[in-house]
Amino acid sequence: MIDRLRETLRLWFAPQHLRAEGSTPDYRFSLANERTFLAWIRTALALVAGGIAVDQFLTGLRWSVRTSISVAVLACAALCAFRAVNHWMRCERAMRRGEDLPVSRFPVLLATATGVAAILVLVAVALGAAS
Amino acid sequence: MSGGSTPHTRDPAAQPERTRFAWRRTTLTFAVAVALGVREALYGSGGASATEAAAAALGVLAWLAFLALAHRRITAMAPERPTAMGAGVVQAAALCTLAMAMVGVVLLW
Repeated sequence: MIDRLRETLRLWFAPQHLRAEGSTPDYRFSLANERTFLAWIRTALALVAGGIAVDQFLTGLRWSVRTSISVAVLACAALCAFRAVNHWMRCERAMRRGEDLPVSRFPVLLATATGVAAILVLVAVALGAAS
Repeated sequence: MSGGSTPHTRDPAAQPERTRFAWRRTTLTFAVAVALGVREALYGSGGASATEAAAAALGVLAWLAFLALAHRRITAMAPERPTAMGAGVVQAAALCTLAMAMVGVVLLW
């Protein structure tokens, strides 16, 4: 755990070490990794847009509820952006070393969080409409 | 086409083109987020305050930076065998996204 954290921090703050490892992979694999990174950035941006939209369009809810939902969604967006960089670096390093691509439980976490958030907003809107 | 001194290797998956489109798509998504942010600053709760105007302006700047970044990367992908993007590009792209998330938080108040 500590080793992995140290390794991650080293990648973050001294990314030039990345080029020193292994050999340069086929450019097509690197481009595929780049597109995956961009897809995660788009997910983060969609969450940013969603967070701002909640504040603008769920005006039937109380200010505190609306703002909590927005802040949670925006925090998720920031997490996604961080994770996009981390995953890109880990994949790039694995490809340079010729190892298996890293597995991650982040997609599952994000999917669960999205599902829970959808149910919460549904309940909030239904209760808001009832009162 | 046969002949020619250098064997032209066809890339059947059109990888550089797809990657260029991915950058364009991402820039467009960023524009949607910025547009929502500007709308929030103008018509959001409490009207347009100086803080909200500054936050929206920062969002627009982050988008412009991302646009420039995407353009540079797309130009760098012009050769037949483009090099992988550097860690600096990755960090700059993520930084622009994080800035936009911060702008969103500021705009809520």
